[in-house]
Amino acid sequence: MGSIELKSVGKRFATFEAIRSIELKVEDRERVVFVGPSGCGKSTLLRLICGIDDVTEGRIFIDGVDVTAVGSAKRGVAMVFQNYALYPHMTAEQNMGFSLRVAGVPKGERRKIVRGVAAILQLEHLLHRYPKELSGGQRQRVAIGRAMVRRPKAFLFDEPLSNLDAALRVEMRLEIIRLHEQLKTTMIYVTHDQAEAMTLADRIVVLNSGNIEQVDTPRNIYHHPANTFVAKFIGSPKINLIEVDRLAAAGLGQLVTLAGRLFGSKVRSIGIRPEMLQLAKNGAFSRLCMNVEYFGSETIAYFEGFDGVPLAAKASGETHFQLGQSYKLSFDTVGLVGFDTTGDALPPL
Amino acid sequence: MSRSSSRESRSPLVWQWFGTLLVAAFALAFAFPVYFMVSSAFKAENEILAIPIHILPYQFAGLEEFRRAMEIAPLANYVWNSALVSCVNVVCTLLLSAMAGYGFAKFNLPFKNFLFFFVISTMMIPQQILVVPLFVEIKYFGWVNTYWGLIVPGLMNAFGVFMMRQFIAEIPNEIIEAGRADGASEVQIFVILVLPLLLPALASLAIIIFIWSWGNFLWPLVAVSNEKLAVLAVGITTYTQPYQRQPMWGAAMAAATLTTLPVLIVFLAFQRHFVKGITAAAIKG
Repeated sequence: MGSIELKSVGKRFATFEAIRSIELKVEDRERVVFVGPSGCGKSTLLRLICGIDDVTEGRIFIDGVDVTAVGSAKRGVAMVFQNYALYPHMTAEQNMGFSLRVAGVPKGERRKIVRGVAAILQLEHLLHRYPKELSGGQRQRVAIGRAMVRRPKAFLFDEPLSNLDAALRVEMRLEIIRLHEQLKTTMIYVTHDQAEAMTLADRIVVLNSGNIEQVDTPRNIYHHPANTFVAKFIGSPKINLIEVDRLAAAGLGQLVTLAGRLFGSKVRSIGIRPEMLQLAKNGAFSRLCMNVEYFGSETIAYFEGFDGVPLAAKASGETHFQLGQSYKLSFDTVGLVGFDTTGDALPPL
Repeated sequence: MSRSSSRESRSPLVWQWFGTLLVAAFALAFAFPVYFMVSSAFKAENEILAIPIHILPYQFAGLEEFRRAMEIAPLANYVWNSALVSCVNVVCTLLLSAMAGYGFAKFNLPFKNFLFFFVISTMMIPQQILVVPLFVEIKYFGWVNTYWGLIVPGLMNAFGVFMMRQFIAEIPNEIIEAGRADGASEVQIFVILVLPLLLPALASLAIIIFIWSWGNFLWPLVAVSNEKLAVLAVGITTYTQPYQRQPMWGAAMAAATLTTLPVLIVFLAFQRHFVKGITAAAIKG
C-alpha cells in the first residue's frame, strides 16, 4: 500500500506563501505528475511529502497514518533528486546501499539487496564506479536504484530527467514507466515539461502560485481544461484563446452566435487547439499568415490574431504556407472550449 | 616582419625575464636565512660568525653540534612537547572548525549571521592582546604549567571556522537531504557524508594549524615556565640565553634546524593542498 493524502497542506517561507491549503489524494500504485511553471510550488510540495521540509499548516497521511511530524526516513517514501544527489566519494554500490548501511543491515545482506536492484536497472557492471565515472543516464539510474533499495511505499521524483539530453530523456521516461509497471509502487513525479507529464501520468496535478488548478487524467486536462491557465499551460503550441468581443468587433457575428449556442450567455472567450484550426475553402474567417515553423512531420503556421496574439494552426508537414498571404480558416466545434469572465471553463450546453 | 612588430613581440619576453629575476631575488632573500641556519649547524663554532660569511663550512663539524644541542638542553623533550601540542591542536581544531563551519553553512539558526560575523571578527584581535586575559583564565582553572593550559586556548580557531564554512557551503544541500531521507542521523551525515567531502580543505587547514602551532612562541612562553613542558620554539632560546658563559650558536642552529625540519617536510609534502586551501577559502563565498 502507498496512498498519500494531503489535507489543507500549506507552506510559508517568512511572508511568502509557497503552498496554499492543498487537498489531494494519491491512490496506491498511482502515477501522479505535478506540473506547473517555475516557482509554482511543485517541488516544495514534493519536499513536504518527503518530509525534507515541514508543513506550516495541514496534515499529511501515508497509508492513512498521519506522518506530518514523522522524519523523512521513517515515512516510507524515497526521493530521487533533480541533480541526482549521489554521494561523490562513494561507489555506485555504496551509494545504493547507504540507507541499508545506516540502518545496520549486515554487509552480506546489503550486497545481496543492492545487486538485486542493480540487476533490474542493468547496473551490475557499474557498481564499482564512482559517480564522476558515470554518464548522466547512469547516474540517474543509480539514484533511482538508491531509492529502490529502500523498498519505499512511494517514489518521489523531483525533475529527475531535466539534466539529460532529449534522446536520453525519452529513453529514461520509458524506463521509469517500465519500472513502475514492475514495482507497482505509488509514484509522484515533478516536472515542468508537459510532454513528460502527459506521457508519464495516470493523473496530472496542475499547480499555479501554490494552488492546485486542476487534477485529472492527461486526456481530460488537454481536452477539458478547468480554466484558461490550464488550457494555456498544457499543449504546444499554446491553445488559441479568442475573446468573444473581439470576434464581434471583427464582424464575425456567426462565431459569436455559435459560442453562445455551445456555452450559453456567460461565455467570454473560446479556446481552439492549434490542431483543430484548419485551412478550409469555405472557412469561417480569413487571416494573414505571419510566421511558419516546419518540423518535418508537421508544420505550425501563425496567423494574425484578433487581439495581437497570433493564432497557431498545426498542419501536416506536407502543407505549404506563404508568408503574408491570407488563408481561410475553420475549426471543429467538438474540440472547442468556452470560458467565462473569471477564466473558468463552461460546460457545453 | 617590420621593426616595430619585432620590438612589440620582444617586449613581453623582456618583462618575463625581468619578473623571473625579481622573483628569484626575493626567493633567495627569503631562503638565505634558512640556508645559513642549516649550514651553520654543520660549521665549527668559530666559523659561524666569521666575516666574510662562509657559504659552505670550511671545517665540516658533522653532527657534533646536534650532539651538543642534545646535551645542553632536553631537546627530545621539547620535540615531544611540540609534537604533542601541535598534533592535539590540529586534530581538535579540524574537528571543531568543521563542526562549527557545518552549523554556520547548513543550518538555519537564530542570529546565525551575527554569530558568524562575531567569530570571524576575533581574527582581527592580535594574539598579544589576548595573552593576559587568557592567562588569567587558565590561572582560574589551575592550568598554569600544565598541558591543558598549553593546548586548550588554541583549540578554537576563527580562521578554521571561516575556511570550513566556505567549503561546506559549496556542498549541495541535496546531498545532506538525501542522507536524511536515507535515514542517516545528523552525526552520521556529518561523519560519513560531509567530512569525507572536506578532505582537501581539512588537509590544507591541518597544515596551516600545524605550522602555526609548531612555531607558536608567545603563548607557550607565558603559559608554561616548567622546562619539562617547554616546546621547541621556547626551548631553543636556552642556547642563546645571556646567562650562558657564551652563546652556543652552533647548537642553537642545530636545534633550529631540527625545529624547522618537520614544518618544512609537511609543507613540501602538502604544498599543493596548502595553496589550494588558502586560495579557495579566499575565493569561495
